[in-house]
Amino acid sequence: MRIQLNGDWHEVTAADLASALAALGYGQAHVSTALNGEFVAVQARARTPLRDGDRVEVLAPMQGG
Amino acid sequence: MQLYDAVLDSRLLLGTARYPSPAVLEASVRASGAQVVTVSLRRESSGERAGQGFWNLIRGLEVRVLPNTAGCHSVKEALTTAHMAREVFGTPWLKLEVIGEDDTLQPDVFGLVEAARILCAEGFQVFPYTTEDLVVAERLLEAGCRVLMPWGAPIGSGRGLNNLLGLRAMRAHFPGVPLIIDAGLGLPSQAAQALELGFDAVLVNTAVAQARDPVAMARAFAQAVEAGAAARAAGPIEARDFAVPSTPVIGTAFRG
Repeated sequence: MRIQLNGDWHEVTAADLASALAALGYGQAHVSTALNGEFVAVQARARTPLRDGDRVEVLAPMQGG
Repeated sequence: MQLYDAVLDSRLLLGTARYPSPAVLEASVRASGAQVVTVSLRRESSGERAGQGFWNLIRGLEVRVLPNTAGCHSVKEALTTAHMAREVFGTPWLKLEVIGEDDTLQPDVFGLVEAARILCAEGFQVFPYTTEDLVVAERLLEAGCRVLMPWGAPIGSGRGLNNLLGLRAMRAHFPGVPLIIDAGLGLPSQAAQALELGFDAVLVNTAVAQARDPVAMARAFAQAVEAGAAARAAGPIEARDFAVPSTPVIGTAFRG
């Protein structure tokens, strides 16, 4: 299936958010996630299923004012 | 100065954006003496991992972080960003921004109050980026905010305190509430003025980060804030419209 991660489309076989993040190179990364605009906590990623067309945001600390 | 559960010595809060390099950012934070720095969240590339390096730098500074919701234009975006920030930064503190207008980056005060009410109920310690509007301030306090952050002028404009009368009224109306001037300061003298008016602290970013020498400017802001707070504590005189002789007039020669 195809999911949109940070605005870019990716083909993934992973069935849940945690597996998809690992497959796309975010293993061990200190990031926070949202699925279709809703926050998904670290502990909930493995039990959060993905569906074709899902939008995932992966955010990390950045400079801010 | 007490902000929620934190007792702080420094009345200068510093933003971490727009510095010429990470090294200059680090040196500027140290020169400022700031004990609180603002941070944000952005999309992370799996290849670059830019956020990890930044986070390591900030942790090394041993300061409190105040995550913002910059760039959020709706309550929904702000709420999601707030939850993501709490997880990543491990703090209930949140600089809540809900932007309503792109040219001035003026807060959407209706969305701000709505988001603040939800987030305070969820245990966030909210620092709302607001205007000097007294009614909005009252609503934010009712929502559970214990600190207010009115703008001095539009973000990054360097204009100083645009609405002196409004800000003075706000200070007078909420004597017990920590008030932090957030946004629009360009010069240390403007920061000193804010403290002289009785504001508890200032939050500065662009004025330091974009100065020719950010480290020296950070130090200058620290000195100005200290001077302004000392002046406020010392009890400034009231302004008058006419002269009052400073030299005693009794016994003046050639009179009478």
